Amino acid sequence: MTALLEARNVSKTFTSGSIIGTSKHVTVALDDASLAINTEPATVISIAGESGSGKTTLSRLMLGLIKPTQGAIYHRGKSLAQMNRAERMAYRREVQAIFQDPFEAYNPFYIVDHALTMPIECFEPKMPKATARALIEEVLVTVGLRPEETLGRYPHQLSGGQRQRVMVARALLLKPSIIVADEPVSMVDASLRATILESLLKAHEEWGVSLIYITHDLTTAYQVSQTILMLYQGSMVEVGNVDKVIKNPRHPYTQLLISSIPLPDPKKRWGKGGGREVIAKPPGGKNLGCKFAPRCPHVMTRCWESQPPMYGLDDDCAVACFLFDKSPVLDKTEIINLYARR
Amino acid sequence: MRTFLSYCRRNPQLAVGLIMFLALLLFWLIGPLVIDTDDARPMSALPDLSPSTEYPLGTDSTGRQLLPVLLQGTLYTLQIGLIAGSVGLLVGIILGFSAGYFGGILDTIVRTGADVILTIPTLAVLVVIASLIKDRLDPQNMAAVIALLAWMWPTRTIRAQVLTLRERPYVEIARLSGMGDVKIILKELLPNLLPYLAASFVGAVSAAILAAIGLEALGLGPQTDPTLGMTIFWSIYYGAILRGMWWWWAPPMAAISYVFIGLFMISWGLDELANPRLRRAA
Amino acid sequence: MNDPVLQVRDLRVYYHTPAGVVKAVDGISFDLPRGENLGLVGESGSGKSTTVQALMRLVMNPGRIEGGQALLDGIDLLKLSDEEMRHMAGARISLIPQGAMNSLNPVMRIKTQMIDTIKAHDTGPSRAAMMERIVDLLQLVGLSPDVANMYPHQLSGGMKQRVCIAMAITLQPQVIIADEPTSALDVVVQKQVMETLGQIQESINASVILVGHDMGLMAQFVDRVGIMYAGRLVELGPVEDIFEKPQHPYTRLLIGTLPSLETKGVFKGIPGMTPSLLAPPPGCTFHPRCPHATPACTRWDYDYREVRPGHWVACLAVNGDRP
Repeated sequence: MTALLEARNVSKTFTSGSIIGTSKHVTVALDDASLAINTEPATVISIAGESGSGKTTLSRLMLGLIKPTQGAIYHRGKSLAQMNRAERMAYRREVQAIFQDPFEAYNPFYIVDHALTMPIECFEPKMPKATARALIEEVLVTVGLRPEETLGRYPHQLSGGQRQRVMVARALLLKPSIIVADEPVSMVDASLRATILESLLKAHEEWGVSLIYITHDLTTAYQVSQTILMLYQGSMVEVGNVDKVIKNPRHPYTQLLISSIPLPDPKKRWGKGGGREVIAKPPGGKNLGCKFAPRCPHVMTRCWESQPPMYGLDDDCAVACFLFDKSPVLDKTEIINLYARR
Repeated sequence: MRTFLSYCRRNPQLAVGLIMFLALLLFWLIGPLVIDTDDARPMSALPDLSPSTEYPLGTDSTGRQLLPVLLQGTLYTLQIGLIAGSVGLLVGIILGFSAGYFGGILDTIVRTGADVILTIPTLAVLVVIASLIKDRLDPQNMAAVIALLAWMWPTRTIRAQVLTLRERPYVEIARLSGMGDVKIILKELLPNLLPYLAASFVGAVSAAILAAIGLEALGLGPQTDPTLGMTIFWSIYYGAILRGMWWWWAPPMAAISYVFIGLFMISWGLDELANPRLRRAA
Repeated sequence: MNDPVLQVRDLRVYYHTPAGVVKAVDGISFDLPRGENLGLVGESGSGKSTTVQALMRLVMNPGRIEGGQALLDGIDLLKLSDEEMRHMAGARISLIPQGAMNSLNPVMRIKTQMIDTIKAHDTGPSRAAMMERIVDLLQLVGLSPDVANMYPHQLSGGMKQRVCIAMAITLQPQVIIADEPTSALDVVVQKQVMETLGQIQESINASVILVGHDMGLMAQFVDRVGIMYAGRLVELGPVEDIFEKPQHPYTRLLIGTLPSLETKGVFKGIPGMTPSLLAPPPGCTFHPRCPHATPACTRWDYDYREVRPGHWVACLAVNGDRP
């Protein structure tokens, strides 16, 4: 079955420097990542990682806002790079987004209605104004807002939580098949986070919208998704069923991350140890292998020499770590299939 | 209207500048009704007359009455400034937006072109061009000549502004909503740059007037039309300073100073309006 | 109970805006015991940042400190002149501001910035003595002495934050206010920075006021925690008590919103919106969103009761007719 949206072995490198190219600075933002969402059943996938992990880059690649240096993004089997205008419009209609900053997402020149009327004007130009207005009001109610208190106002006249909810409404307006949500609640107050995540999940359960939820907060990722992809400095380190990855993390980085989460339970304190992290140096001078090697408590010589492939575990998880080299190596198709498991 | 007035109270520079220009506008509208511009022609009166009730600003050595000359001259000078400034800004908008938004080869060409021409001393080029076509110059050609070199700075600065706006999330949202590129430029980017463009316009007009007066003071301007700069040139040519004919060179200088102070105040006031720090006060 | 190093009584900070008076902080009182850590938790608009500004005398027009006391070892910080406050700031009470990493001067080396702090308070020591002190401080926060010669852009976010901690403790203050010190840092670095702060606090016997909105961080770091809502403290008590037996409805709902890593699926938010501080609801500011609100709540005035030793709550439903 063709996937609805698929990133196949995409890499993205950013170069900066002059045209004359004397001192070009190369940053590898994403290194050989793969992700797929099927047409059905609708799923929720989390992409988790810290800053610099490449999660935002991956989301922007999947939204077609930037082009991959290697690999390609496919929508219903068609590569984004080869789409004509009609196919592109169909793709844009099916794949919507919610961004992190509820203020910057609005054009300060217009009232918030502009953000809601824009998609209708572009995708359904023939829709009569009255129907459009009714549709907008209906979707605002779905996300828990009152149209009379929201419409007609400028962005700065609404609170952060309201603005973000309007953004969710905008994304849901034309019933997309996928919503890519890039840290949708990190800039919103705790009391509102649940409400916003709830409306996203409701859309998923009632309308079959798939979600790609990008975050650095593993607790919300656990609550919201079925599958999770952990990224570290651009590489995939662990993928699979979210219960297994969170409750029983296999990759040393995932373990480090989970143990660092401040649990809201005073009886489970971090303990007085820790403090400084040991950063090891590669024996050969240059690290050609696993990106996590300098910080890994289980680092071995081979970790510096080559990057570990993805090893398959329990048929719904995979980890990129030589500690698991007794497990079978997964090829590209098998990695993609991991996302289909529920 | 009320918000505009209360804003003027907070931004006195803009208010003063606008008032100055309003006064100038009145001068133009009412002036020709009171003063006959034909009197600005040579031999409309006896030459070298000092100011009197009949000739409030006296006459110059060619018999032009200087009060009408002041009226006519300010009109011409501002005409040159506005035409050259507008053309420069318009070209700047088209090139700056295209280069900034689309990037790539277009950007490299526009950017390199503007940068290269910017390094050439504009006055030198203008002097060469003006001296070549001196005898066929009138205020409109002057404007065209100056406009040739008025577009680079607006292009550069507008491009820079577009580059910062292009990455804003709301532009990306527009792209994700299926909006085409041209529509994004017109509907999403342009409205947010209006204060900046207004400030740029005032800057372009000031620069054009300065260039025009510079050329004219050297004699490289319309030979028969009494622009402010040419009046100063003729006053030097005829030795008005040595002859104590202050009514010839002082009024044009006062008029030029007034125009520049007015433009400066407006541009200072607009700077504050265009500053994004102000706009996020909520 | 040792005597408190900082006693705040009825602190009020109002902003006099053209639209009206915004009561950003409206009567906050708490004690900071010596050597203990206090957390101030609240969402946006709760007044926690304004409280910090008031204590450091950084409140700017149109904000004004309308009333109250902040006694640091008996000296009222709110009544000091600007000159006197400058002597206190850094020496007796210091601040690690929000986004501290961005408040490092990008064109000065770290050592120059730290020397500035020392020189502002004590022109005496020689250059060598100051450098020695700087190296000591850097090691105390877990950084190598090489950092002194570096520029801020050469350091990672966590390292910059530790430099800010080092600068805050240069003169061994008694009270350190940390305003969201780890908000821009990732979870792993956050833990390291907080552990460093904890070690520092113990070694110089200072007290830390940790201001933030992350309840998890509070649970891990502080001894007592105060919950702020719309400019008031609604509950204050030992951290274990607050998490195990929260009394105030807002505290209960807030703890309820925290997602768990154990069980899936239940999403609880707090309905309604944060109140306008320009026209706050009458009586208890939380009553429009409170599941236990009664008409009496609109006529109630804030009134704290000690429901358990050291655990204070301001709520009509909880306190009832208790004397």
